[in-house]
Amino acid sequence: MNEVPKRSFVQRIHLKLIIWLGLFIGLVYWTASLTGVNLVMFFENFDQFTALLDKMARPDWSYTQLVINPILQTVQMALIGTTIGTLIAIPFSVLAARNIVKNPFIRTIIRFILNLVRTLPDLMLAALFVAIVGIGPIAGVFTLAVFSFGMISKLFYEAIETIDEGPLEALQATGANRSQVVIFAVIPQVFNYFISYFLYTFEINVRASTVLGYLGAGGIGVYLQRSLNEFAYDKTAIIILAILVVVLIIDTISNTMRERLL
Amino acid sequence: MKSATLTTNHLPKQKQLKWGFWFLIIAILFGWAFAGVPFHGFQNSAAEISKSIMYGIFHPDWAYVYDGSGEDLVGLTLQTLAMAFLGTFISALLSVPFAFWAARKGSQRIHLRSTSGKVVLTLIRTFPEIVLAIMFIKAVGPGSFAGVLAVSVHSIGMLGKLFSESIENMDGGPGEALTSAGGNHAQTLTFATLPTVIPEFLSYTLYRFEIAVRSASILGMVGAGGIGTPLLFAIQTRSWSRVGIILLGIIVTVTLIDFVSGSIRKRLV
Amino acid sequence: MVAENFIEFKDVGKVYPNGTVGLSHINLTIPKGQFLVVVGLSGSGKSTLMRTLNRMHDISSGDIMIDGQSIINYKGKQLRNLRRKIGMIFQNFNLVKRSSVQRNVLSGRVGYYSTWRSALGLFSQADKQKTVEALRRVGLGEKLYTRADQLSGGQQQRVAVARAFMQDPKIVLADEPVASLDPLTTDSVMNDLKKLNDDFGITVIVNLHSLELARKYADRIVGLRGGELVYDKTIDQVTDTDLDNIYQSEGPEPESEAIVMHSATEGVI
Repeated sequence: MNEVPKRSFVQRIHLKLIIWLGLFIGLVYWTASLTGVNLVMFFENFDQFTALLDKMARPDWSYTQLVINPILQTVQMALIGTTIGTLIAIPFSVLAARNIVKNPFIRTIIRFILNLVRTLPDLMLAALFVAIVGIGPIAGVFTLAVFSFGMISKLFYEAIETIDEGPLEALQATGANRSQVVIFAVIPQVFNYFISYFLYTFEINVRASTVLGYLGAGGIGVYLQRSLNEFAYDKTAIIILAILVVVLIIDTISNTMRERLL
Repeated sequence: MKSATLTTNHLPKQKQLKWGFWFLIIAILFGWAFAGVPFHGFQNSAAEISKSIMYGIFHPDWAYVYDGSGEDLVGLTLQTLAMAFLGTFISALLSVPFAFWAARKGSQRIHLRSTSGKVVLTLIRTFPEIVLAIMFIKAVGPGSFAGVLAVSVHSIGMLGKLFSESIENMDGGPGEALTSAGGNHAQTLTFATLPTVIPEFLSYTLYRFEIAVRSASILGMVGAGGIGTPLLFAIQTRSWSRVGIILLGIIVTVTLIDFVSGSIRKRLV
Repeated sequence: MVAENFIEFKDVGKVYPNGTVGLSHINLTIPKGQFLVVVGLSGSGKSTLMRTLNRMHDISSGDIMIDGQSIINYKGKQLRNLRRKIGMIFQNFNLVKRSSVQRNVLSGRVGYYSTWRSALGLFSQADKQKTVEALRRVGLGEKLYTRADQLSGGQQQRVAVARAFMQDPKIVLADEPVASLDPLTTDSVMNDLKKLNDDFGITVIVNLHSLELARKYADRIVGLRGGELVYDKTIDQVTDTDLDNIYQSEGPEPESEAIVMHSATEGVI
């Protein structure tokens, strides 16, 4: 009477689960051999890693004075880069929003470009821009501008797509043209989101900008690379601490402002 | 009547002041920022190099795609993906204990255990990944193993945070039901907590994998394996059609991974 | 075993850490096999009273006896053994949404298993058969392998009843079991609870805010207000005016009067 209903053989032995698990273990094994994972070497040489950490645990405090200017330059680069990126992103995000541009052809092309830009890692852009404009913070600004452009346009057009359609219709009904609709019905609704996303991208850019100098694109990264090349890990420690402090300060300010905005 | 005129006069003024104040702050900030990044025009060759890069992208070095040596685009892209995959996998395992450490229970804002865990995760998140890579290169030598280790450690910062948030936001009801049925802590964990959070953990891990693919493709620039090494070399030697093919390779790979991972994530949660 | 005084609350008081009084001077005896309905407004302490029985809440003063034994100092294994004899039904069902119905129902049985046996899912064949029986009792026999989140609210609550049944409980506590359900499924869930009471002599304690339902199912109705026991009568003594008093002696409620007047005028127009 009360027998447990039978499941098929495949279900009973969890065939799907086993296949997936087998594939996964195979993948882990394959990637491990492809990347030359060598646990013996890792544990044998682990003392070198700890020796390095030990050097870093005794920072060279006298170096602090020297890193203040470059770390501030990093923030400056991030601010300018994010601003330029945002300014370029605004028209693109309007063109990519489904509820503003009804023409799917334009929208698809714009989104395709945005997707391409977003696939490029920050350091790769830095390497390219250093080659183009030369070593220095300008290369960093360009990198961050392109990097934030890709990120911000997506956040912006998604914000635009979630707005209330009522005011748009109301304005169209009064005979307003396309740009009037954007100015009077779209921007007021998304303004706070835009500011919030700007701040969020700025946070990410501050983090990103700290390493761009490693390839010559200005800011604290230049000093990071120098200290690492000189094996001066006590100085590296100061730089990392400085990055940590600045990132935390920027994050805190930005988070408080974003909480107030939304 | 009197009070009405007062308020109508008063409010716009206050608002004007507020706007003026913010405008001033923003103007000062930008003034300061531009002072710190002096602009002396581009180097003379800028236009020419841009043109060469564009030329390279439209005339990529197709011969580099595959030559059977393992040091070609396909081989190194696979290596990059392998670094991202293995690193993210290890990181996801390591992140679980960190997540339980950092997850807040109850309503206290500051709690010794969870707050200390959150601080540690923030430290890990802020520690630059390429510095980690360089440190691991000292230990295991240059190559993709160092890259795997860097991805594994660095990703804990973000995964641990996301995992701990999903533990915090978890519906506590099933756990309560298990406890009220006489289950102990371990049973509550296996029957209620884990089944609830694991799909979310998997989804976050996939998301982090997408990010790891991007970062693995640049770790090679500091010698930690993958496609980044030949890319930097090609840029430095100005072999633009080589740069072009590698850029195309990265764009295609990242787009594909984002698409596949995104569609799996949609089905998970 | 003293059948008449199966559960005894002796001058029970509960004060929350923030100073709120949850319960004060509760004296209540519940005989074995009774279907007791506790009514009261939200915040009256009904939920707290229920949870003191399986020690999901601890009391501040007084004593609680079950089967002649004081339970208030139970710890560890002893506490878990107490809890596995008390099934609990929640307003929000508290099923693990992503697990199968079978696993949810079996989780009612974890109190009878060691950690590792339950973690590995090594439930006995007898318990698996009992799961089917429990599900058939609530009319969901064919849903054994369905995922819990694919069931309707009423079905989920009936799975929760099956889970409680798996515990072989002597007492079943149901905290607002039908508050999130529509009237039709409400009756099926209440009937399931009534059947547990009729068929197995399980003592059932249900918190409800619907007086109509209370009168339909209860053997006895108890009323709480502000953490105090204000009403206690068996069903044959309950009158309409009595029950009105439980809610209305909170003081006049102008809002509800206004609604009544409003609808009256609407009728006139």
